Amino acid sequence: MSDLTKLTLADTRKGLANKEFTSVEVTEAYLGAIEQAKSLNAYVSVTGDRAVEMAKASDEKLAKGEGGSLEGVPLGIKDLFATKGAHTQAASHILDGFKPEYESTVTSNLWRDGAVMLGKLNMDEFAMGSSNETSYYGPVINPYRAKGSNKDLVPGGSSGGSASAVSAWLCAGATATDTGGSIRQPAAFTGTVGIKPTYGRCSRWGIVAFASSLDQAGPITRTVEDSALMLNSMAGFDTMDSTSADIAVPDFAAAVERGVKGLTIGVPKEYRMDGMPDEIEKLWADGLEWLKAEGAQVRDISLPHTKYALPAYYIVAPAEASSNLARYDGVKYGLRESGRDITEMYENTRASGFGREVKRRVMIGTYVLSAGYYDAYYKRAQKVRTLIKQDFEKVFADGIDAILTPATPSAAFGVNDQDMAADPVKMYLNDIFTVTVNMAGLPGIAVPAGQDSAGLPLGLQVIGKPFDEETLFAAGRVIEKSRGMDFAPERWW
Amino acid sequence: MSVDADTVRRIGRLARIRIEENDVEALKGELNTILGFVEQLNEVDIDGVEPMTSVTPMQLRRREDKVTAGGHPERIVSNAPESEDNFFVVPKVVE
Repeated sequence: MSDLTKLTLADTRKGLANKEFTSVEVTEAYLGAIEQAKSLNAYVSVTGDRAVEMAKASDEKLAKGEGGSLEGVPLGIKDLFATKGAHTQAASHILDGFKPEYESTVTSNLWRDGAVMLGKLNMDEFAMGSSNETSYYGPVINPYRAKGSNKDLVPGGSSGGSASAVSAWLCAGATATDTGGSIRQPAAFTGTVGIKPTYGRCSRWGIVAFASSLDQAGPITRTVEDSALMLNSMAGFDTMDSTSADIAVPDFAAAVERGVKGLTIGVPKEYRMDGMPDEIEKLWADGLEWLKAEGAQVRDISLPHTKYALPAYYIVAPAEASSNLARYDGVKYGLRESGRDITEMYENTRASGFGREVKRRVMIGTYVLSAGYYDAYYKRAQKVRTLIKQDFEKVFADGIDAILTPATPSAAFGVNDQDMAADPVKMYLNDIFTVTVNMAGLPGIAVPAGQDSAGLPLGLQVIGKPFDEETLFAAGRVIEKSRGMDFAPERWW
Repeated sequence: MSVDADTVRRIGRLARIRIEENDVEALKGELNTILGFVEQLNEVDIDGVEPMTSVTPMQLRRREDKVTAGGHPERIVSNAPESEDNFFVVPKVVE
């Protein structure tokens, strides 16, 4: 039998439905691959017994010609999603030992459709980071290495475990979440596809909250079609999330081959940053040519408030995080450190349970929301956010159907990069092209499109109108078909 | 705007995070780097702009005021570091 882990999610589905192999066989192939890939540190918990049990149940259904749209397909789940009775710690020390009594809506949807859970994936602590180095469980390693080098590179973050696992064939697809770029940046760094849907498309219920007005779940997969298939299952209205959109979920997979003929693609001049590497410029130009060749029109546009999205984000997101993370107090779950009184117990627990980046953001958030500073920081940032959203609304009203940009300002960088360790803002700049999308609540997809001179993957991003993920899948598929290369890391692990 | 050492200690108290005295200076530097970065928002003309309250046009839904779940206190406290008779146990708060 050929290597079952190398199949796309779509082909895994087909092979299972046609009884070419069983779910137990694919599941065991993935569990074997995970066992051999410990050096990547992509999983924080492998649920092997449960996986085989779920696979057996799927095989019984498949044998009868029954089963859901993802019946028997093995997936990895980001540690941010509550999974009943299984490791759910947002890769933080403060949630030590936490095993939820309930299941997140997104994962419930996947199990309803027959998917199999392989385990929980590593991530930046509480989804705060762009390199997967803030995890309590240590950094995740990118399966890609620069040509002729054996230096470890980061997979991006915060969904670094999801991206690394998908890229290295350790699951057929993975759930991820995106607050400022945490799906799209790691997808771009690992040659995988990642989509952040419109805010409200996937329920946030049972996902550990970071910044509630920005958080959205989405898939990371090896192909555009795979992302469409996974999102079809993950998305949907949920009364348990008061911001869940009561809008029908279209058949995303049916939109994948729709093409871009007649679409108008916007090219925002503000995304052409000073000192942008030539290879990113070229990638962007290539992407526009591919879309034109398939019948799209390309038009220059302006999104004047782009440069303010990242600074506004670093007020809004920490403010919401400081409020959301107040619940980790050593009383209800996870870690408790003792103290002379209850306040000291809180302070000791949070000092020892939170990592450096989380503390920094909770403190920034506490400061900008504190008496006397609210108007100067938080209220101002929310006004700037309105302007960022209006920029997009104007170009969409002017006839733009989707926007093409680079996904990241560079390819993957080294683990323990000293420049970024010394200056938190340098790390934040990774999300410069992705964060606008969260601020405006729009959908965005990252698709691998080229390589830098060292052979590392680079991605393009397509931004769409609210609830128009279909156009993103169609445009993403054109990029995937036109780029003329496969994305597969050379195995060294 | 930037923070001084006393402000760092005060934020630590508000956030209920114990700050080691030998860490105050480093934290002050890190927080000021971030606050310096967000300073550029002051260039933006925000006169007459409404602050965003919802990223997609939606009104928060309401539901009937009735009990839909509950009756399982043992599940609620199942992850507690310390519990007794289905209550959370904390250090003494009243004398």
